[in-house]
Amino acid sequence: MSGYGLLAEFDSPDALLAAVRAAREAGYRQLEAFAPFAVEGLDEALQLPRSRVPLLALLGGIAGAGGGFFLQWYSAVVDFPINSGGRPLDSWPAFVPAMVELGILGASLAAFAGMLLLNGLPRLRHPVFEAAPFARASRDRFFLCIRGADPRFDAQRTHAWLQQRAALSITVLPAEAP
Amino acid sequence: MNATAAEVARPAAPEAAPVLLGHHTDGSITDRITGIVLQRGRGAGFWLAIGISGAATVLFVVAIAWLFARGVGIWGINQPVSWGFAITNYVWWVAIGNSGTFISAFLLLLRQRWRTSINRFAEAMTIFAVAMAGLMPILHLGRPWFFYWLAPYPNAMNVWPQWRSPLVWDFFAIATYLIVSILFWYMGLLPDLATMRDAARRRGRQLAYGLAALGWRGDARHWHHYRSAYLLLGGVAAPLVISVHSVVAFEFSFANLPGWHSAIYAPYFIAGALFSGLAMALTITIPLRAIFGLHDFITARHLANIAKLMLACGWIITYTYVIELFTAFYGGDRYEIHTALARMGGDYAWIYWTVVACNVLVPQLIWWRAVRASPLALFAISILVNVGMWLERMMIILTGLYQDFLPSSWGNFTPTFWDWAILAGSLGAFALLFILFIRFVPALSMTELRRLNRDITQAGS
Amino acid sequence: MLDLPPLIQRRDFLRLMSAALALASGGCVRRPAARIVPYAQTPSGLTPGEPQFYATALTQGGYAHGVLVRSDDGRPTKIEGNPAHPASLGATGPIEQGRILELWNPARSHAPLQQGLATTWQSFTSMLAARLAGLQSRGGAGLYLLTGATSSPTLRRQWQRIAQRYPAARWHVHEAVDRDAVRAGAMRAFGAALEPVYRFHRARIVAALDADFLAAMPGAVRHARDFARARSPEQAGARMNRLYAAECMPSVTGAAADHRLPLRTAEILELAQRLEARLAGNAADGGPPWFDALLADLAAHRGESLVVAGEAQPAEMHELACRINARLGNIGRTVDFIAPPPVAGESLAALVEAMRGGTVDTLLVLGANPAYDAPADLEFSAALGSVPLSVHCGLYVDETARLCHWHLPAAHELESWSDARAFDGTACIQQPLIAPLYGGYAVHEVLALLSGEHDATAHGLVQATWRETFGNDFETSWQQALQAGVIAGSASSAVKVALRAAAPAVARTVPRDAHDLELNFRPDPCIWDGRYADIPWLQELPRPLTQLTWDNAALLAPELAVEFDLHNEDVVELWVADRRIEAPVWIVNGHAPRAVTLYLGFGRRHAGDVGSGRGVDPYALRTSGAPWFTAGLGLRSTGTRVPLATVQHHHRMEEREPVRSGTLSRFLAQPDFAREAADRAPPPTLYPDFPYEGHAWGMTIDLAACIGCNACTIACQAENNIPTVGKDEVLRGREMHWIRVDRYEAAPQETGPHTDFQPVPCMQCEHAPCEVVCPVEASVHDAEGINVQVYNRCVGTRFCSNNCPYKVRRFNFLQYARDAPGLDAQRNPEVTVRNRGVMEKCNYCLQRIVRGRIAADRDNRRIADGEVVTACQAVCPTQAIVFGDLNDPASRVRANRELPRNYALLGELDTRPRTTYLAKITHPREPDDAA
Repeated sequence: MSGYGLLAEFDSPDALLAAVRAAREAGYRQLEAFAPFAVEGLDEALQLPRSRVPLLALLGGIAGAGGGFFLQWYSAVVDFPINSGGRPLDSWPAFVPAMVELGILGASLAAFAGMLLLNGLPRLRHPVFEAAPFARASRDRFFLCIRGADPRFDAQRTHAWLQQRAALSITVLPAEAP
Repeated sequence: MNATAAEVARPAAPEAAPVLLGHHTDGSITDRITGIVLQRGRGAGFWLAIGISGAATVLFVVAIAWLFARGVGIWGINQPVSWGFAITNYVWWVAIGNSGTFISAFLLLLRQRWRTSINRFAEAMTIFAVAMAGLMPILHLGRPWFFYWLAPYPNAMNVWPQWRSPLVWDFFAIATYLIVSILFWYMGLLPDLATMRDAARRRGRQLAYGLAALGWRGDARHWHHYRSAYLLLGGVAAPLVISVHSVVAFEFSFANLPGWHSAIYAPYFIAGALFSGLAMALTITIPLRAIFGLHDFITARHLANIAKLMLACGWIITYTYVIELFTAFYGGDRYEIHTALARMGGDYAWIYWTVVACNVLVPQLIWWRAVRASPLALFAISILVNVGMWLERMMIILTGLYQDFLPSSWGNFTPTFWDWAILAGSLGAFALLFILFIRFVPALSMTELRRLNRDITQAGS
Repeated sequence: MLDLPPLIQRRDFLRLMSAALALASGGCVRRPAARIVPYAQTPSGLTPGEPQFYATALTQGGYAHGVLVRSDDGRPTKIEGNPAHPASLGATGPIEQGRILELWNPARSHAPLQQGLATTWQSFTSMLAARLAGLQSRGGAGLYLLTGATSSPTLRRQWQRIAQRYPAARWHVHEAVDRDAVRAGAMRAFGAALEPVYRFHRARIVAALDADFLAAMPGAVRHARDFARARSPEQAGARMNRLYAAECMPSVTGAAADHRLPLRTAEILELAQRLEARLAGNAADGGPPWFDALLADLAAHRGESLVVAGEAQPAEMHELACRINARLGNIGRTVDFIAPPPVAGESLAALVEAMRGGTVDTLLVLGANPAYDAPADLEFSAALGSVPLSVHCGLYVDETARLCHWHLPAAHELESWSDARAFDGTACIQQPLIAPLYGGYAVHEVLALLSGEHDATAHGLVQATWRETFGNDFETSWQQALQAGVIAGSASSAVKVALRAAAPAVARTVPRDAHDLELNFRPDPCIWDGRYADIPWLQELPRPLTQLTWDNAALLAPELAVEFDLHNEDVVELWVADRRIEAPVWIVNGHAPRAVTLYLGFGRRHAGDVGSGRGVDPYALRTSGAPWFTAGLGLRSTGTRVPLATVQHHHRMEEREPVRSGTLSRFLAQPDFAREAADRAPPPTLYPDFPYEGHAWGMTIDLAACIGCNACTIACQAENNIPTVGKDEVLRGREMHWIRVDRYEAAPQETGPHTDFQPVPCMQCEHAPCEVVCPVEASVHDAEGINVQVYNRCVGTRFCSNNCPYKVRRFNFLQYARDAPGLDAQRNPEVTVRNRGVMEKCNYCLQRIVRGRIAADRDNRRIADGEVVTACQAVCPTQAIVFGDLNDPASRVRANRELPRNYALLGELDTRPRTTYLAKITHPREPDDAA
């Protein structure tokens, strides 16, 4: 049984991009790439699907705004109707500002929570952290991980293939702790 | 234009300077920024700053304790001037928050490169300023311990907030603003926290930064969702900041007082907020740059751009000053006219004219290239604008109240020691928070700098 | 810090706690020993929580003012006027309102003192008995009694008994504000010491010669009512009266005048002499327009005109007034003469003479305080030192008490039985509402010691007095007297008077020349001669013409201020001969240019924590020779300043016309001259009006009737538990009055300086700006259109106050409501006491509306018009304030609202106020008026 996978270190985003493209041509599908900043083209190279964060944010915004308006209307008209300055109970224009703020709040919370959710964060333990070189993944190194679960994965051949890609280092990642 | 000798003699336009100086690598950038937090020893300057801001913070705490013990009567407020320093401070602080959001959100959407090295502490500035602002209306209450009655929740009295009151709108605006600002700031911080985690050598720090980083791995998928979420937050923060300052403006324009009841207030306050916010950004950036030697990352170009934005806002402010007078007299309402005259000629005329000097005249110096290129000059200007904008809020509140409809009720306002203590104290607390922020959090966004560096070097090659 | 009474000292506290315990022991009820009778109009028998009203009277200078005192479960809490009493007709002045606080004042004397040390009543009585035994042999020679002016028939009867036992005993009377000149004037004119009783409702032309008959004269409240009646544009119409006033210091009466002439007090006498001469036809023409107009009007209104002279004027002036009124045939029509209600006594000067002469062996001072308010030249205090035995009996351990060997705490008028006469001689019984709170002794019981009736009670003594009057059917008459608060038919009958030949002129102080400065003394409108100095309500009540609180000042005209380069609050030194004081300046438009006025009553040395050391003591300059005004005043600026607490800083209207006024001719030509566009049709609005099916409470305030006496302000304070804030807070502009009386002055016209008053309570706007900005629904509208403030919901943002165009909201910036043992027992149990940090304001006396509603619901009917009366309305001497249901087509307020004079304050803001004003109408003489 192969472990989590093989982690190859590169010294530039270009090298990483090249490696990723090559790996896909070689038929590898379960790839993970790591970079200290968002590298242009990486998403395409990995052929990642469109992010669903915007959708979540939209729903959050609608919930916030709708809920906010309903809360105001309900409390002012139904639950505690009271004559305030001779204004009608449902003076809706006055309800707009709070509604807007609550809408924005809903969208923001949804966007942030959605980002964490879709990224599976927070997650403090992960096999890649076991690799010594990975400490530089947040500094100036770029990594490609070919997952052991990949059908085309073979400990020796994949290792050799990576070496041809001029990886600075190749680390065998142990399986995830149960 | 053809270059004459005079022009050659002129200093190079600061905005011609690059946004990033020196030949940096991802590593060198990382070392410089993490160094500020991890390596650099604490000099006397640091401790002096801590001492001063700490002392002011203590004064803040004492003033608040005395306030809660005795009541708002310890201030100079009265009838008819029942709003004073507290609300002035509030409007001023919340406005300072504006520029942080502007720099990080608007410039992000506008893809302005020069935003990169300043957005982090601009956002921090926003958060701390909004925190100070949020305190003020609470301190200002006659019964501050009941401030939460503005929030809608099922309670023993079976009453809800009175939704038509701008104060309730404001409660939601400020709360939202604070939460969203923190989210935006923290999200931008995530990858850098991961860097700190990996750069830290001591166990405690590794643990702390590790927990804060939430296990960020720099995975391509992370970046994928991260970028879209970050852009979205920027996208909602932009309208948010507009709405927040509009709501602040409503607190005045919604009232029927001459000098307050004016349709121009919302845009007026937004521009004013950006104006004073940018001024505060300069006030903070310039010393920061000197103390931590960040000249590579914060170049003359940054300062000059901020200054130019300030100048532009200054003109919007000037325009509103003029329009306010125009509408007062053109409208022909006797109360509006009286208030306008009372502003310019009454007992508080000195405030009005100081405001004009600081907010209209002083910024014009920025037209001069030499001034734009001189951090010292810009620092002085920013201080004056900060003062001017605080006085402007004082002017709006005071002159709107002290002579309204019935002459029998006219009365003046004189601040007490405790009024000043609250103002000075909030400044101290703000400074303290900011110093601690620089001490424990990477003050510049390393990921974005790396990216910027990459783009530049690629463009160069 | 507040300069309110400091939190009570430990010892006082213990003492007061014991008093409180005593209260508690009686279920919080301290019933007087003798039976008293509830006012007839309240349900008989006490229901707990149901307030009861008792008729009694309060006296000042010997003149009774009939009142109804509200008693909540045995605690007197509020004073109202007695509709059945001729001096009140249901109203009171500001002072009567304040005196409920005098009753409860913890600073009152609590125990008999000997040489300043606490002793007992027994030791005093035994001491006195021994003393009297010694005096008996000498027929009482050396026994002297000094009292304030009194009209009590019982006291008079007691004195007669004392005089029988001690023929040589002497009774002296001292009032700092006396009316001796009035009686002396009548004596010169008619040969008898008489007092005038004015009938203002019959007078179409009134000339007030230095006479503040609307505020500072016995019967003032009644005068105001009659005067306003004859002035109502609707009732009087073209026959509306006209008032001429000549005075030095602007007064409430001067402010009401159609023609006002500022003159030095001495010059007014000369004016009167010219007037008399011209009317007699033996004087050349010529005089100021004011004078000619008055002359023509008087000549044209024989029998329906009236000339009134003030106490401050010498006897000659009062003689002239008598002669002019007689000449005009006004006597018997607009003025009657009666025997003076107060008992005559020998003068203070004579007493001091005797004291110096060493003939005074035993001196009893009852209720007077000469050590403070005696003329300076008498040097009473020094003389008192030479008296072998001096006894003081009074409410406070005051300046005099501290100089006497013995002091006895006196019972308050609301604590003891007595009787008194009103300005027109009407007698009434004073009944106690509560047993003496601080162990005071009724004056009658102290006097009984002299007459030998040791075990007599005040109750018995008063009954004994009236037995002979009431005759055989005593009990019923007594009951009726107590219930009605007046003794029917006891008013003095008019004395038939005939003029005597003119008496020779007496020497008097005349200004040396036109530039000579004149110093005037006037009683303070609130604390009078100083006796009320310890009542915070009165101290903090703005003086009508100066809007000053907590202080007196050297009041002078702008012209004089310019000449000496003086500004408000500059301290000047004032001197007459070798007597000098320092006083801060307050500039008063309309004051006679060459004169300075000082209000009496300030500079108290021992008047409790509230009253001591406030303002300056004018008595230091006051001499028996010139009690009211003196020439030869010296004035010099000292260069120092003293802050003075005024409640109004700006007195011009700035073309905003909050007070809209016009002359009678303008009114008759165009009755709705005061209405603006907003008053004719409400400005358009997008919103539908809120319906008010049930009651729709509203109020109108008639500016033609309002005289600016401030009674409403203090009545509201008493009714609604409004705290006083102290001088420092007033200086910061934080006074709490729910209804304030704004004062505006117009530029001097040919009719003289012009002052307008405008009472401003909450307008109860239907489109209330305060409500929409309140974030917590603390300021909301009730179903009957009242803008209510929910104190326990208020968080104190003060946005409502900013947004109130009338600035009638008041904020508790600090903890103003203090728990002072004693004082808090006065509070109205139906009104919440507000704490620090909450907003408060007028709510049309909601508690009274609720009481009315309960009564109406009990026999399920609608609340009748006039059944609910607000505190300010009830007290108003001129009935300027009318409150009621706008939905009731028959209500007075509805009728007033439909008058063409009705207008809304700041109506153009479309706040839809429920409180509206009736425009002020003046009646100056027009050029084409028939001579």
